[in-house]
Amino acid sequence: MPGVLEIMRAGVGSTIQDGGRLLYRRYGVTPAGPMDRAAFRTANLALGNDSDAAAIEIGPGWFEICADCTIPVAFCGGAFNWTLDGKALGQAARITLQPGERLAATPGAWGIFSYLAVAGGLATQPVLGSRATHTRAHLGGLDGRMLRDGDRLPLSATSSFPQANAAITAPWLTGNSQPLRVVPGPQDDYFTADALATFFASEFRVSRRTDRMAYRLDGPKITHARDFNIVSDGIAPGAIQIAGDGQPLVLMADHPPTGGYPKLGHVIRADIGRLAQMRAGAACRFAAIDVEAARQAFISQEAAIARICDYLRGAG
Amino acid sequence: MDEPSPPRFLPAGEAALSVEFGSDIDPLLSARVGALDAALAAHPVAGIVETVPTYRSLLIHFDSRLLSTADLIEAIRDLASAPVSSQAARKSWIIPACYDPSHAEDLAETASTLGLPGPEIAKLHAGATYRVYMYGFAPGYVFLGGLPPELNISRRAAPRPPVPAGALLIAGGQALIGHNPMPTGWYHIGRTPVTTFDAARQPPCFIGIGDEIHFEPIDAASFANLEIAAREGAQIARCLP
Repeated sequence: MPGVLEIMRAGVGSTIQDGGRLLYRRYGVTPAGPMDRAAFRTANLALGNDSDAAAIEIGPGWFEICADCTIPVAFCGGAFNWTLDGKALGQAARITLQPGERLAATPGAWGIFSYLAVAGGLATQPVLGSRATHTRAHLGGLDGRMLRDGDRLPLSATSSFPQANAAITAPWLTGNSQPLRVVPGPQDDYFTADALATFFASEFRVSRRTDRMAYRLDGPKITHARDFNIVSDGIAPGAIQIAGDGQPLVLMADHPPTGGYPKLGHVIRADIGRLAQMRAGAACRFAAIDVEAARQAFISQEAAIARICDYLRGAG
Repeated sequence: MDEPSPPRFLPAGEAALSVEFGSDIDPLLSARVGALDAALAAHPVAGIVETVPTYRSLLIHFDSRLLSTADLIEAIRDLASAPVSSQAARKSWIIPACYDPSHAEDLAETASTLGLPGPEIAKLHAGATYRVYMYGFAPGYVFLGGLPPELNISRRAAPRPPVPAGALLIAGGQALIGHNPMPTGWYHIGRTPVTTFDAARQPPCFIGIGDEIHFEPIDAASFANLEIAAREGAQIARCLP
């Protein structure tokens, strides 16, 4: 019989996510999916899972689980303090959980999200081909909502071989303050040259008004060259919208599929996760990059994640 | 026939491309968006994940590991510049609509803002023929063009509390059929018992982009009956032959 993972403490804003609910944006459906895709895929691949298998995205708060079977798990993301029955495990590792053991995480020095993947993935009911939770539309996950204390999550695995304990030491799991790279457009012509220069030369701070849909940034006002209403068009993740107040709003995993504000540019896929991990008050800057360089950055990051075995260090 | 002007190819990051045919709400632009969308469905380009048709542009989401922006533009340039030849057959739907004040929370406010009596607003809204331009905002929210100019009302400066399921909304010269309750900057002037989105159906929406919509006024008692029928799985929107 497949095992069950029990949520002892759900923490804050924890949800089930997979690679995202693709193919339905044309019907108004938000893809959702992980906020820090690189960390999410790393946790899955460290277990030999499909890189997009359903896993838990843990928000800032005290999170704790317990399994009723022997199950390998892997966790990584922001600098959370992970413990097993009170014993410190570091911020990123693969371990084999025994029945009744308590695995817990609390926020550490930096980061907003950590990911907990289980061997074989979670087996909650898919909706439109995905287990990703989109709370605003009440789709996916458990009844389309955040996890709660006492939730019981079905595992795919009926029995799992133990996997050796290992620390995950990947360089992309360390926060850094390099500028976030941005591909300009498609509506950069809605901004004055001065406004674009200001955007790329200034420091912004992540506002408190952030959630899975969008990160609002505080900084110098970015002026529109003309009307700031455009006829609604499609939205891709990382889109930098400038609304009427002149402040940037970066659209994240829960972005609506369409919107009506001009988009100055897009944070590149390889860097969206780094922004997702920035807490309120954190400073960030932006650097323009061309579309092909952005693509190469993503391909390099994906290739590194696929070589996860090079970044596992046995703990004995 | 004039050659249509070539579209603009605008990267939306390295994994999405906006093919923009213009900047306005216009049935001709919408037809070009639909034609490219259909052409890509008929002649798939490896690496495209999904396409999102909107009023005047098609957003193509693709896997950047498999496809570059430059190669995608090359692959679709001819398809995107082709004249819209034959319009695909569009459906025409009759959607029951209740304008009873109990199902139209903003009707009185809209009436006072527009200087028209509530029943006149209902009559104008139900008397028009609409074209489906796109879905957006949230699952099953259908954006319609064709609202009579008398019903042109500006969006609210700040969103109002959530409207009920199936809300009929107007703002900015547009009409919208809602699905799940959501806060909105639009005005709630009626309600339909029709469910525009069902995650258990494939595809989840039965109203197609380019389809025609007619509203058929019903009273509150009919609304209650049709709502029950819809909940039991009956299709209460009628398709005109």
